Amino acid sequence: MSTDIPSMLSPRPSVQWFTPGRIGIYVFLISAALFFLLPLYVMGVTSIKPMVEIREGNIFQFPLAMTFEPWAQAWSSACTGLQCNGISVGFINSVQILLPSLVLSIFLGSINGYALAFWKVRWGHWAFSVLMLGAFIPYQVMMYPLVRMFAWADIFQSITNIVLVHTIFGMPIMTLLFKNYYGGLPPELFKAARIDGGGFWRIYFQLMVPMSLPIFVVATIMQTTGIWNDFILGLIFAGREHYPMTVQLNNIINSTQGEKIYNVNMAATLLTSLVPLAVYFVSGRWFVRGIAAGAVKG
Amino acid sequence: MSNVSLQALSISYGKTPILSHLDLEIQGGEFVVLLGPSGCGKSTLLHGIAGLIDVTGGRISIAGQDVTWADPKDRGIGMVFQSYALYPTMTVERNLSFGLRISGLDITEVKKRVAHVAEMLQLTGLLHRKPAQLSGGQRQRVAIGRALVRDVKVFLLDEPLSNLDAKLRAELRRELKQLHQNLGATMIHVTHDQIEALTLATRICVMNKGVIQQFDTPEVVYSHPANRFVASFLGSPSMNFIEGHLQIQDRQVFFESSVLRMDVSHYAFKVPPSSNQGCSLGIRAEHLFPAAESTAPQMETELLLVEPMGAHQIVWLQSNDVSLAMQTEPQMALSVGEKIGIALQAQKISLFDPSSQNRL
Repeated sequence: MSTDIPSMLSPRPSVQWFTPGRIGIYVFLISAALFFLLPLYVMGVTSIKPMVEIREGNIFQFPLAMTFEPWAQAWSSACTGLQCNGISVGFINSVQILLPSLVLSIFLGSINGYALAFWKVRWGHWAFSVLMLGAFIPYQVMMYPLVRMFAWADIFQSITNIVLVHTIFGMPIMTLLFKNYYGGLPPELFKAARIDGGGFWRIYFQLMVPMSLPIFVVATIMQTTGIWNDFILGLIFAGREHYPMTVQLNNIINSTQGEKIYNVNMAATLLTSLVPLAVYFVSGRWFVRGIAAGAVKG
Repeated sequence: MSNVSLQALSISYGKTPILSHLDLEIQGGEFVVLLGPSGCGKSTLLHGIAGLIDVTGGRISIAGQDVTWADPKDRGIGMVFQSYALYPTMTVERNLSFGLRISGLDITEVKKRVAHVAEMLQLTGLLHRKPAQLSGGQRQRVAIGRALVRDVKVFLLDEPLSNLDAKLRAELRRELKQLHQNLGATMIHVTHDQIEALTLATRICVMNKGVIQQFDTPEVVYSHPANRFVASFLGSPSMNFIEGHLQIQDRQVFFESSVLRMDVSHYAFKVPPSSNQGCSLGIRAEHLFPAAESTAPQMETELLLVEPMGAHQIVWLQSNDVSLAMQTEPQMALSVGEKIGIALQAQKISLFDPSSQNRL
C-alpha cells in the first residue's frame, strides 16, 4: 500500500574532485611513491643492462639492449671467492634454515602465549618478564656464550644450530604476540572448553589454533622476513656449508676481480629480497587484519 | 537430582577476599537465583562451584561428593556464560558435541543426544551454521544446549540473559523456566535483574559484599525482607522508608515519625520492642493508596511526578522531607502539586532497626 508513494530521496551533493587540498594530497603521495620506487627502478634497470651500457654512467637510462644474462649469472654462476655456483646455493640453504625455524618458533611461541594467557602457570609471570628482558639485550652480548654452548653440545655450525638460534631469538616477540592475541579472546571461551572437559593440548589444537589464523599469518610474515634477512647469525652459526643467501650475496658482491659487475650484483640483490617481498605481496591484507585484530583487543 | 552444598567457602583474588566462610545448602531440583549488585561476589561464587576459580578455604560438595579440588569436567555440571562463549570456528553441531566427543562417547550416541537437544531448543535447522551466522537468542540457545547435552544434574547459569534485548530476554526467561520444569535438574542462576530472580527462582539468595543477606522463596524475600538492603534491592520502585521510633502505650505499640503515627501492635516482632527504640518503617509502592473514607492511618502529601507504566502508574509524593512512591490505577487523574491524603496497608509494613539495618 505504501509502494505508490514516490520515494523522496534528496539529491546527493556532487563531490568536488579538484580542490587544492586534494591536489596537495596527490602531489605528496606521488612524490613519496617516487622517492621509494626510484632506487628500486635503478636496481631493476641496472640488473638488465649489459656492462657496456652501465659504463656510460646513465643510471636512470632504460636499457637499450635488454638482457637477462646478469640474472642467470647471479643465480647460477656468480663467483664467491673460488667457487662459481651463483646465489642459488644460498637460496637453498636459506630455505633449509627458514622452514624449520619458522615452524618451530611459531609453534613454541604460540604455546608459550597460550599457556601464559589461559593457564595458571607457576612463576609464569616471572618467566615472561625474563623473556621480555631477553628481547632488550643486544644479540652481540649473547653471541660468544652461545657459540661456546653449541660447541660444547657438538652441534656448532650446522643447520640444527642455526635453527635453534633463530628459534631462541624469536621466542620473546613470538610469545608476546601470541600472549596478547590470546589475552584478547574472551576468557569464557576457555572456561567453557574446560567444563566441556578439554585438556591443555585439546583446547590448544581444536579451539585455539583454528581461531589463530590471522595471528599465525602475522607471525609468519615477521619471522620469514626476520630470518631471511638475517646476516650475522647465519654467518656465525650456520657454517660454511650452509651459509644463507644474505651471506652468499655479500660474498658475491665483495669478491670482485677487475671491474664491479653491477648488473649481476643488482640481480643477486633483487633475487635475495624476492622471498620477503613475495610474502608481503601475498599476505599483506592478512597482515593488516591480524595486526588490527591484535591491536584492538590486545 | 543433585544437591549442592557449600561449607565455609572462602575465595580470594590475590590478597583481596571476595567470599569468606560462606555456607549454602541447595536441594536437588531447586532453581536457585543468586541475586545482588555488581561486584557482590555472586559470579565468583558460581565460578567457584564450577571449579574455574580455586577456593582458598572450605568445602564444595555436589551430589554428596566432595568436589572442592575436582576438575571442572568431573563435577557433573553444565555452565552457560553471559557472553555465550560459543566456539567461533565450529558449527552449532560441533559446539554441542565438543564435550561429548572429548569424553569419548560412542558417535551414534553423540548424534542422538545432539539431535534430541537441538529439537528441544528449536536448533535443528541451524546445526550446520557457525555462531557468527546466528542471532543473539539463537546463540544463547546453543550455549544452553551445550550445557544440556552433557546430561548433568546441576546447571550453572552466569547471567545468561543479560546480553539479550528486553523482548528476547522475557521469551528466553520463560523457556528457561519451562526447561527447569521439564528436566527437574538443579539450577543455579546468577543475575542482577530482580524480575528474573522473582520469576525464575524457587529460592532467591540475595548477596551483598560477599555475604548472603537472605535465602528464601521469592514471596518471603519480597514481602518479608531480612534487612534494609534486601528491602531496597528488590522491587521497582524500591521500598519506601520512613524514619521514626516506637512508642509503647497501654500495651499497644505505635510507630511515630514527623509524618506518620500508626498502631503496629499486630506486627510480628522478633524481639519484644521497647519504647523510644529507633525504627524505620518500610512500605512498598503497591501498599500505599489514596485515602478515601477509610480509617487507616493517613499522611498528607504533595504530588511531585507521575510515571505511567501502562498497566499501572507510579506516583511520586513528598511529605515533609520524606519522598514516597505510590502505585495506582492508570485511569486515576492526578495533577502535579495536588495535595493527596494517603493510607498504608498496615499488614504489609516491614520494620527495621536503623543501626543494624535488620528486620525487627
